[in-house]
Amino acid sequence: MRVVVCVKHVPDIQSARSFREDGLLARGGEDDTLNELDEDALEAGLRLVEAHPVAEGAEPHEVVALTVGPAAAVEALRRGLAMGATSAVHVRDDAIAGSDAIATARVLAAAVRRVHAERPVDVVVAGMAGLDGLTSLVPAALAALLDWPQLTLADRITVEDGTVRVRRETSTDVEELSAPAPAVLSVTDQAFRARFPDFKGILAARKKPVEVLSLADLGVDPATVGLDGSAARVVEASPRPERSDRVLVTGGAETVPALVDYLAQKGFA
Amino acid sequence: MNVLVLLDHGDGRLRPTALELLTLARDLPDARVHAVWIGPAPAEEVRAQVGAHGGHALHHVLVDGADDRLTASVVDALEAVRAEVDAPLLLVASTFEGKEVAARLAVRTGAGVVTGAGGLERDADGRFTAVKTVLAGTWTTRCALTGPFGVVALAPNSVQAAPAAQAAPAEVVEHRVAASAAARAVTVHSREARPTSDRPALAEAEVVVVGGRGVEGDFSAVEELADVLGGAVGATRVATDEGWIGHEAQVGQTGVTISPRLYVGAGVSGAVHHRGGMAASVTVVAVNSDPDAPIFEFADYGIVGDLNEVLPALSEQIRSRRG
Repeated sequence: MRVVVCVKHVPDIQSARSFREDGLLARGGEDDTLNELDEDALEAGLRLVEAHPVAEGAEPHEVVALTVGPAAAVEALRRGLAMGATSAVHVRDDAIAGSDAIATARVLAAAVRRVHAERPVDVVVAGMAGLDGLTSLVPAALAALLDWPQLTLADRITVEDGTVRVRRETSTDVEELSAPAPAVLSVTDQAFRARFPDFKGILAARKKPVEVLSLADLGVDPATVGLDGSAARVVEASPRPERSDRVLVTGGAETVPALVDYLAQKGFA
Repeated sequence: MNVLVLLDHGDGRLRPTALELLTLARDLPDARVHAVWIGPAPAEEVRAQVGAHGGHALHHVLVDGADDRLTASVVDALEAVRAEVDAPLLLVASTFEGKEVAARLAVRTGAGVVTGAGGLERDADGRFTAVKTVLAGTWTTRCALTGPFGVVALAPNSVQAAPAAQAAPAEVVEHRVAASAAARAVTVHSREARPTSDRPALAEAEVVVVGGRGVEGDFSAVEELADVLGGAVGATRVATDEGWIGHEAQVGQTGVTISPRLYVGAGVSGAVHHRGGMAASVTVVAVNSDPDAPIFEFADYGIVGDLNEVLPALSEQIRSRRG
């Protein structure tokens, strides 16, 4: 079985995140880290191959961590390799900076096609969102670009005889869906609590291969990515102003009448 | 200018967000609103509601050959309508389902997409710009759609749904579309409705009362206040992981994203994971015994105190105020 897991290097959500003057999110800080929802995707990918013993004489399972990002994004791949991914692909090109989610998916799709051409891929797994932009657009866009079936927000996954089956919860329903492999999946953060890389894993990760590819390597026209290839762009970004009219009181039940008045003013009581 | 609106519905009825989308769409300059209903024929009442909220046409689309609730099917249906209605904008609700529809449609059409929008403007050049709250409520951005067609996913409660000043019954237009290979590739083995409560849906509720670690396993005071306020009950990840309440109640950047007019946090610390899912709330009230809880840094009204004292008194006094 061959699994590709898409991962992203993002600013640490506990750090002071900000936008640059050109409207792009400030990236590349020391606190940037593997998007933690992608750890769940890595975990799901690793569990999938672990559930299937390699048949005698068959090619070994492979979990390929894939990222698109600047040089520092290799750290996200190293983390994935330390968790147990077998190899990694890093698409890196200055022309990619400023890509929106759809343009980013275009680069990912080209990379998945290349990996698939080397040896067929069974599933692509992504996290449910990037904690930077929180758009959740990439998995569905990637499925559409590859023209592979989309099975998103899975909390259970099986692959048997070329069929990928998932259980998922939408806002209103619980569903079981299946589709022929290869398929694009995303996983929720409820079901695949990620393993912590051990020392051995971290050491091994240093020796695992990371293939670096440019847009030219992938045959992607630079005009289709970056700011020029994005049909949505941030034209203004401003930190929220400090509020001066906030109320903070200390006490018990005696504080409640004032709160009731406040809520009544707002039309809630 | 034509504007397309994807109507979310369940049990044959429009979801509250659908009326919000219609309200926003018809208030855009020179807008003619084309509402899209996918699935079994809408009831007469739906047509009346769409008309009353400013919908010019109600496009009813049947999808042949695949489950019509799959994202790929919804996109097929929207493309069928788009083939007949030239529109520069589609509005969808900013749910996971709505965002996935936007993503696939963007790939098919080259559309720009803004998710989680809190508002939308159209300037003199006809360009659409959406406003959204990002980075767990610490920044606000304005995102422009630069192409000839764009999709905006609107956060619930961003506008207050209201009937249009001038309303006429919406004209029903029938469509029938064959599902694409992408939709037909997916088999639906089972689909069961998740249990619902009598309270409003968490993602759409105008009022949400959230319990965190501080409730220590007992949600009764949170539920009582939610019921007094006619709101939904939410929870932090700690509370759902502890099993105090189902994980479908989890509010956060990975759980349910909420944007109520009133948020009440009881025993909620306000960690960034949670804040990312509620930062678009209009008014934030917090009750927590820890004066250093981060929630007090962004709450509009904070009480440092025992929620077991404050919440019951609050429920009681709101009730008696109403008589």
